[in-house]
Amino acid sequence: MTTLVYLETHDGTLTKPGLGVLSKAATLGGDVAGVVLGSGVRDAAAGAGAYGASTVYVVDDDALASPLPQARVDALAAVVEESGADTVVFPASVLSADIAAGLSARLDAGLNWDLTDLRLEGDELVGTRPALGDTVLVEVGWTSTPRLALIRSGTFDPVESSGTAQVKDVSVTFEDFSTKAQLVDHLVEESSGPSIEDADVIVAGGRGLGGPEGFSYCEDLAGALGGAVAATRAVVDAGWYPYAAQVGQTGKTVSPKLYVALGISGAIQHKVGMQGSGTIVAINKDPNAPIFDYADLGVVGDLTQIAPRLTELLKARD
Amino acid sequence: MKIAVCVKQVPDATVHKRLDASGRLDRSGESALNPTDVNAVEEALRLKEASGGEVVVVSLGPEKAMESLRKALAMGSDRAVLVSDPAAAGSDLVATSYALAKALEREEADLVLFGQQSSDADGAVLWAAVADRLRRPMVSQVAELTLEDGSVTGKRQTEFGYDVISAPLPAVVAVSDAINQPRYPSLKGIMGAKSKPQETVSLADLGVEGERVGEAGSRTTVRSSAPPPPKSDQVRIEDDGNAAEQIVEYLAGKRLV
Repeated sequence: MTTLVYLETHDGTLTKPGLGVLSKAATLGGDVAGVVLGSGVRDAAAGAGAYGASTVYVVDDDALASPLPQARVDALAAVVEESGADTVVFPASVLSADIAAGLSARLDAGLNWDLTDLRLEGDELVGTRPALGDTVLVEVGWTSTPRLALIRSGTFDPVESSGTAQVKDVSVTFEDFSTKAQLVDHLVEESSGPSIEDADVIVAGGRGLGGPEGFSYCEDLAGALGGAVAATRAVVDAGWYPYAAQVGQTGKTVSPKLYVALGISGAIQHKVGMQGSGTIVAINKDPNAPIFDYADLGVVGDLTQIAPRLTELLKARD
Repeated sequence: MKIAVCVKQVPDATVHKRLDASGRLDRSGESALNPTDVNAVEEALRLKEASGGEVVVVSLGPEKAMESLRKALAMGSDRAVLVSDPAAAGSDLVATSYALAKALEREEADLVLFGQQSSDADGAVLWAAVADRLRRPMVSQVAELTLEDGSVTGKRQTEFGYDVISAPLPAVVAVSDAINQPRYPSLKGIMGAKSKPQETVSLADLGVEGERVGEAGSRTTVRSSAPPPPKSDQVRIEDDGNAAEQIVEYLAGKRLV
């Protein structure tokens, strides 16, 4: 087995999700190599040796300066050919999912996504995927190589070893359509208020709050519990609450002792950011909301009635 | 301006989704248009209302999927094309993207739109595969979309903030469900939908070879499935007016307050 692990960089360093997947791939055996694609990323690449890669393939090209997927499909296809890899594993991200899917079409290579485990049965690679809102665990396989796998974020932690990696440069000819999409702006919102990453208690709000003004229920309850306020991607995208407070796949991963979810349906993208919480309490008027499948205490009801009353009761206890 | 919107019929949100004996999703119950695809239809209609043109919805699925496509017609789409063929059942990403790209090549749309994610397969991967097959630039997870001077510009959220990405037409764009609040079909729209063009095409009509789709054309398999280990000690209550008191009692029992 020859495995490539797609590694992402941010601000000149390899990011944790990729190193976690690399550490996992190393436990499966065979030749394990990392792939680093970008502009000015060569220095960061060698660091993958300490997480189980014996080789790191690098495509360092101005065409890869922006975090866009299509030119990376070209680059990865070239690395697959150069390395003879039969397996390519990606840590899930906004960028990597598009790269994996594009590569699947380019190479007619099977892609299994949202995997929470990978193992070998003889020569056969088997992935585990929680499906249908995590109500069933599906064992998936591949019928040809290369085999492509997207790993659910936060599944594997990096494990450092004493290894070193040899860096190999690969040059790529890009397709005409691959560089047509262009990054024209990048915006970062500054955070304000208490950080959700260090909070023991988080009160998070979703679309069920009804509008930006609904966050007063979260703020009042967080005040009474001595916690911080978080939000789902949907409401952050809708402009109801700042990006810095976002929990989930594209936001922060949190693990407070208590996580109270108000009006959050609990899609997988949200779950992966908060499933490590000690106790999860969910209030939602939709009895079919997926969050009830993993909440410790699920309350079916109207949060606009329950949350203020809860705040009042908690304040009275102090 | 011609816009093709790729949509999917999925089990209705109220249906308890389960796998059948072959490991495929049981699609026998009540069905609906995939919720986040409705956002893509809405965005297409807004673009059409602003600059004219045609909106065609394109889908791959069983014949009954046309019922769900009618919702898109009732909202205001002009035409529906359903690729339906028993040979396509069980298609994975490789096979689905191939067949769908063939259907889209036939339409030659200026803009191909996708929704955020299918509620049954939890995939968010089809657009990138289709864009590669169509050899077109792509912008995904777009929460704000503008169309100007023959190019699209999308703002999207990533792990590191917001990116604004621009691409010349013809292009593929996948929208986030935060992009808009979809309209409800009007009664007039619902009545009018019945008489709008609704075409069901076979794989042969598209020139898709049988070995490229279905299980033969797929590169992944479902080996087995099982229920996940149960999460112990889950408590569920329906609010009868005392939910807040019950929550406090629960938290106190766990020494969280």
